[in-house]
Order: sequence, then C-alpha cells, then structure tokens
Amino acid sequence: MIKPMNEMSLSFLSCSANEGFARATVSAFVAQLDPTVGEISDIKTAVSEAVTNCIIHAYRDVIGMIYISVKIFENGKVVIRIRDKGCGIEDIEKAKEPLYSTGGEERAGLGFMVMESFMDQMKVTSKVGKGTVVVLQKELERKQAKSANG
Amino acid sequence: MDNGTVRLILQDDVLTAVLSGEIDHHTAQGMREEIDFTVNQSKPKKLILSFEHVGFMDSAGIGLIIGRYKLMESLGGELVVSHLSPKMEQIVSLSGVGKLAKIEKGETNYDQANE
Repeated sequence: MIKPMNEMSLSFLSCSANEGFARATVSAFVAQLDPTVGEISDIKTAVSEAVTNCIIHAYRDVIGMIYISVKIFENGKVVIRIRDKGCGIEDIEKAKEPLYSTGGEERAGLGFMVMESFMDQMKVTSKVGKGTVVVLQKELERKQAKSANG
Repeated sequence: MDNGTVRLILQDDVLTAVLSGEIDHHTAQGMREEIDFTVNQSKPKKLILSFEHVGFMDSAGIGLIIGRYKLMESLGGELVVSHLSPKMEQIVSLSGVGKLAKIEKGETNYDQANE
C-alpha cells in the first residue's frame, strides 16, 4: 500500500450553502498536485454532486453531518471519500440510473452519472438507516514529479 | 464564495437571463425563482439562458434548463441555451437536454442593453 503524500478531512452540516464550501475546499487541497483547470473542474463537479446527494437524499428532512476525506499521492492519484449517516440507499443500481431521481422535478437525476463520467472510478456503499459512502478516484496527469516537502 | 445571480433583460418578446457565478442545488433555487417570476409576468416568446458568466455548474444547471424548458413550452414559447463552456457541454450531453432546448454558441446581444 502506497502512503499518501498528504491527506485531510473535514466535516460540516448538510446545509445547501455548504455545497460551494465543500467543492472549493477539496479543490484547494488537491491544488497541491498542480492539476489542470479541467481536472479541478471535474473534481469540483463530482464533489458537488456527492454533497448535494447527501443534502437532498441522505438527510432529506433533517440536518446531519457530512464527512469528507481526501488523500493525494505522489503519482497524481486523488482519492475522495464522502460519507453521511443518513437514510441510506435501498437500491444503488437504481439510484445510479440516469434520469432517475427521487429529488423532485427540478432534479435531473444525473448525480451519479456525472460523478462516474468526471472521475476515473466511483464506488458506492450504503446501508439503509445507517448511511452512504461514496469513494471517488482520479489520476491526475503528472507534468513533473513534485513533493509536498518541496 | 461566488453566489449565483441572474440579470434579466427583456427586449421585445425576448427575455435574456444572464446567469453568473456558480450554479449548484443551493444557488439554482434563487435563480429559478427570479427567472420564473419575470417569465410569468412578461410571457416572452423566447427565453435565452446565457451561461457566459457562469464559472461553475453541476447537474443542478441541467435541472434549471429542463424546468425552464417546461415553463416556456407551457407558454408556447421557445428556450435557447447559449455560451456553454466545454465542461458544461459535457454535462448537457450526458443529460440529453440538447434534444429539448436549442443550444447556441453564437453571440447574444444583451451586452449593449446593459452598458
């Protein structure tokens, strides 16, 4: 197992105002890997979708905590874990289906699809009544080898 | 943090909504209310959603487009979406929304109106 060159974690309430906070904070941390504008945009979009899911679905009628941890590796790999202790997903495959949404008519039902297409890998595990964990992974293109200790 | 804002310009029968800032589930709500209020009041023949000044958009932007498409359809009008960045186009193409709204890359002429 390769050790990450840096990692961080944050937790915050499932208020929709925190959607912008979460994606900005994660992208500021990942900036250490010197990503391209496109890569940062992909990560921001995926994090935004995951956090929105926690707010709209996991904690539908309540406010709960959302936990994010990010690990970055020398080879340019980024691993982002978004976790909630909300209602859980009964049928993950169904939830992943494009255009399927239980979030009301202004929701496009694209969250998981966007995460999947903007990141290299997405893993969803969930337990009804316990919560959901989404792990997103992306390998950034390395221009030059860099180290956190510089 | 750059909150999403809308500037609305009505010229003849065309309402242009110049969106700016970041569009997510949080900011889309206010944008939606502002646009719908003016659309329902002025009943334009055409609604243009301009994304030129939008720095970030997730799938909430698609919800915003689909919802405005339905509204314009109910009024017998047309929806045009303009100035999507390549990243936004990627989300739009995932959604298939291009089949509903007219996607325009060309210039809109709202700039003269707001100067």
